[in-house]
Amino acid sequence: MTSVRSSSRVVRSIARKDLLIEWNSRILTNQVAPFALVVMIMFAFALDNEGILQRVAPGLVWLATLFSMLVVVQRSFSVETSDGALDALRVAGVSPSGIFFGKSLALMVQLFVLQAILMAVALVLYNVEISAWGVVEALVTMVAATCGLGFVGTLYGGLAAGARGRETLLPLLLLPVVAPVLIGATRATEAAFGAAGTELSEGWSWIGLLAVFAVVFGAVGSIAFGPLVDE
Amino acid sequence: MTRTASTGTVATRRLGVLAIALLSLTVLLGLFVSDEDVVQGSTVRIMYMHVPTIWVAYMAFAFTAVCAAVYLSGKNRSLAWDRVGGASAEIGVLFVAISLVTGSLWGRITWGTYWVWDARLTSTAFLFITYVGYLAVRRLGGTQRQRAKRSAVLALLAVLEIPLVHFSVRLWRSLHQEASVANRGTNVELDGLMLFTLFLGLVSFTVLYVWMVLHRQRGIALEDAQSDKGLDRAIEQRRAESVV
Repeated sequence: MTSVRSSSRVVRSIARKDLLIEWNSRILTNQVAPFALVVMIMFAFALDNEGILQRVAPGLVWLATLFSMLVVVQRSFSVETSDGALDALRVAGVSPSGIFFGKSLALMVQLFVLQAILMAVALVLYNVEISAWGVVEALVTMVAATCGLGFVGTLYGGLAAGARGRETLLPLLLLPVVAPVLIGATRATEAAFGAAGTELSEGWSWIGLLAVFAVVFGAVGSIAFGPLVDE
Repeated sequence: MTRTASTGTVATRRLGVLAIALLSLTVLLGLFVSDEDVVQGSTVRIMYMHVPTIWVAYMAFAFTAVCAAVYLSGKNRSLAWDRVGGASAEIGVLFVAISLVTGSLWGRITWGTYWVWDARLTSTAFLFITYVGYLAVRRLGGTQRQRAKRSAVLALLAVLEIPLVHFSVRLWRSLHQEASVANRGTNVELDGLMLFTLFLGLVSFTVLYVWMVLHRQRGIALEDAQSDKGLDRAIEQRRAESVV
């Protein structure tokens, strides 16, 4: 019981540390969110047709999320490796799974905020209409997808942390792995938006896929993260 | 001192000759002796290269995962496992590439297009990219131990990721497309000689794979030894400087 409580405290302090750094630097709000916005606007330039935009809006939201996520993950680990903070944490006896869940949690919070902004932008810019139940489904999709993305992002971010050339490597490693999230979240959001003639009920099985993804990578990440950062 | 380091031994040379002989026989049977297919005509001959290469690639990646598991679980953590696993992945990537290219050539003739967004094709493309990423991680730098540990974890993650990707891509396609085009091709009845040629292809590409992996892992071992030597020499030089 004590160990559960102490490890949950570790998770919370790591997450709080990351979010505090984020809060002080405002990278998410001043750089990442504007970048995501530009991406959304560029999509509109590329797909210059109202009908198409409305139909593909769910996919664009998630693509913009994935691209921005790369930046957030880089950032999440550059604060650890620049001063050898990750090693310091390990030397201080903090368990690797505690670091993993803590950093994942912070990443999830940031991604969720980003997601919320992007969804709102999509509703406005792409003229998407959404029902009340659609909002609920979109929120559940965001939570499920964000959990999966947070775990995978932390795991692969940790893998590339501290290595030269990680900025270019991370997208190559991360994007193929998150393909299931892109597929599942896009379909679920399509259902929530009622895009392409889909029904609300069609979304829930995709949310199931997202949940499976999150659980699998949460479990595996807590085991695999230790050997990755323990060097 | 004058002897050049080589990756060949008597055994690998014999294996190489065997691989060449088997591949020549496959080419002979596949291109000239075996009959044309009733439906596909001569294009069926691509199968004798396309199918064995992807099978061997799957085998290569599975072997990489086994090596990774042995490396991570072993007490002494011999770097030999890392080198063999890495070599296997390299050859696997090569074979997936061959399979993708031959497959799209076949698709161009049979379906009229190089690529269709079929579940199997898409997952294979993901498989290819995943292991290209694995090879990139192997070249990240750092010590050999770091390389071994990173890539071993990644190889095990890939085993987990690939079924997930395949499953979700299948779900994705099932909504958009009634029947997969690729399935039409798989119901073909193979006659005796065609089946024999296919299996001969499998055997010869497997022998080729083993031969290439043996050479490649020795190549990696030599590279590692070279970098160790370079490091030792640098340390020696610094020591010599400090004495003066």
